[in-house]
Amino acid sequence: MGNTSSMLTQYDIEEVQEHCNHAFSQQEIVSLYHRFCQLDRNSSGFITGDEFLSVPEFAVNPLSQRLLRMLDGLNFKEFVAFLSAFSPRISLQQKIEFLFKVYDFNSNGKVTFDDILSVLRDLTGSFISEQQRQEVITRVLEEAGYRRDSSLVLSDFMRVRMYYCFQYLYYKLSFRSLFTD
Amino acid sequence: MGGLDSSSMETDLDRPNIEEYLTTETIREVPKKLHLSDLLDISPTLTEAAGAIVDDSFTRCFKSNSPEPWNWNIYLFPLWCLGVVVRYGILFPARVGVLALGWIVFFAAFLPVHFLIRGHDKWRRKIERKLVEMMCSVFVASWTGVIKYHGPRPSRRPQQVFVANHTSMIDFIILEQMTAFAVIMQKHPGWVGFIQKTILESVGCIWFNRTESKDREVVATKIREHTQGVDNNPLLIFPEGTCVNNHYTVMFKKGAFELGCAVCPVAIKYNKIFVDAFWNSKKQSFTTHLAQLMTSWAVVCDVWYLEPQYIRPGEIPIEFAERVRDMISVRAGLKKVPWDGYLKYFRPSPKLTERKQQIFAESVLKRLEEK
Repeated sequence: MGNTSSMLTQYDIEEVQEHCNHAFSQQEIVSLYHRFCQLDRNSSGFITGDEFLSVPEFAVNPLSQRLLRMLDGLNFKEFVAFLSAFSPRISLQQKIEFLFKVYDFNSNGKVTFDDILSVLRDLTGSFISEQQRQEVITRVLEEAGYRRDSSLVLSDFMRVRMYYCFQYLYYKLSFRSLFTD
Repeated sequence: MGGLDSSSMETDLDRPNIEEYLTTETIREVPKKLHLSDLLDISPTLTEAAGAIVDDSFTRCFKSNSPEPWNWNIYLFPLWCLGVVVRYGILFPARVGVLALGWIVFFAAFLPVHFLIRGHDKWRRKIERKLVEMMCSVFVASWTGVIKYHGPRPSRRPQQVFVANHTSMIDFIILEQMTAFAVIMQKHPGWVGFIQKTILESVGCIWFNRTESKDREVVATKIREHTQGVDNNPLLIFPEGTCVNNHYTVMFKKGAFELGCAVCPVAIKYNKIFVDAFWNSKKQSFTTHLAQLMTSWAVVCDVWYLEPQYIRPGEIPIEFAERVRDMISVRAGLKKVPWDGYLKYFRPSPKLTERKQQIFAESVLKRLEEK
């Protein structure tokens, strides 16, 4: 797939579709490509952190820095794979795997107390004290049957009954707008 | 944001949904006690981020759609070629000629008047005003501008400002053709800057510099002085602060709306069939933009002068600004987005992120109390 070409061939589309486990239809992949090219202003083949942050809605998100580390340097195929977790066609298991990856900062397959603390810190900022944050996490971990120094693995995440888990919010992902372009 | 109907699932995608970010609506119907699942399930925030990556209303404001090529078959292509020949070979040189002639006549009249007629200031200014209006008409003629003005022509009175939506610097020229306005402009480099310093000075313009932080107060003072002055040209302000692609309006800055005087809205809408008048200052210099206009068939637009508005009792300037933006957007058929135009140049304020953090923190703390 050429970095600078603005046309996708049928072969390219199918390759991307394979890579993202058919999370998106071919039409959606073409629309995502237009969007990718729009964000990738200097046509370098990947979107830099700065280019992501030029989208104000993304920049104000509390998890933007964390996501930027996952998004930095991705080419189009990987970009689509990243977004696939948000597609309604993807199974709950795969969505939880994605959620796990967001927490598992150093990608060692384990989510520790500190990982959870780090995410909670991003989400709450200076509006909860560090002590209160630790107290909250300890309390919910113990209530769920874990100890403070336990590390959670993927199967632990699967066992937790996630209330939202991307289910009812997918319509907010305005894919329909892509068709109007 | 009054007047937004959120009852249908078929959300209008350009409808601003900023209120969903800044209220507790995104965390709805959750069980009272805090569980591990509530802490781990950060998918609402992640989905918001992914939604912004996939599409966002801010980037849409500055997108210039490249025109669909229509010359794709055997008889359309020669027609198109003929059109190119006419546009570049005949129209463009003729227009450049008209423009050059216009500049010569202008300078021949302006320079003597400006430097020689010293005693009779009132006459001098009157003549200079007429000359600037004439020069703007020459400019408009040089792109074959077909401009329809609707509504009563602006009158020269103190205690009024004019506000308009902004698509390109030619907005100023189009409006100036009809009435000599004094305008607030960003300081530009190059030949545009030269013209700003010499000629526009005579019409009474005010300069600002986006990058200087103290600038706002200085400009605000100058604006206030200008509107008090009886003999000054009416002041024209583009409250968006940046060029937008004539399909959307971004938030109006409140500076023009807290002066305590009448605000006369002006709506401008360009007809895209002839040329896309949006000046994407990041992609083109003004010279390239002008050249693009001069090699198109025509610039067609509508200008509506709307009824002067006054701030209502109990209304704050931001609400007043939104009300006027509403009027202009409806008249010109533009969609409103809740973003500040300056986000083109600067990152959003961390306060917006902090607001979200605060909402989440408060909900966690509240549920921690629940047992």
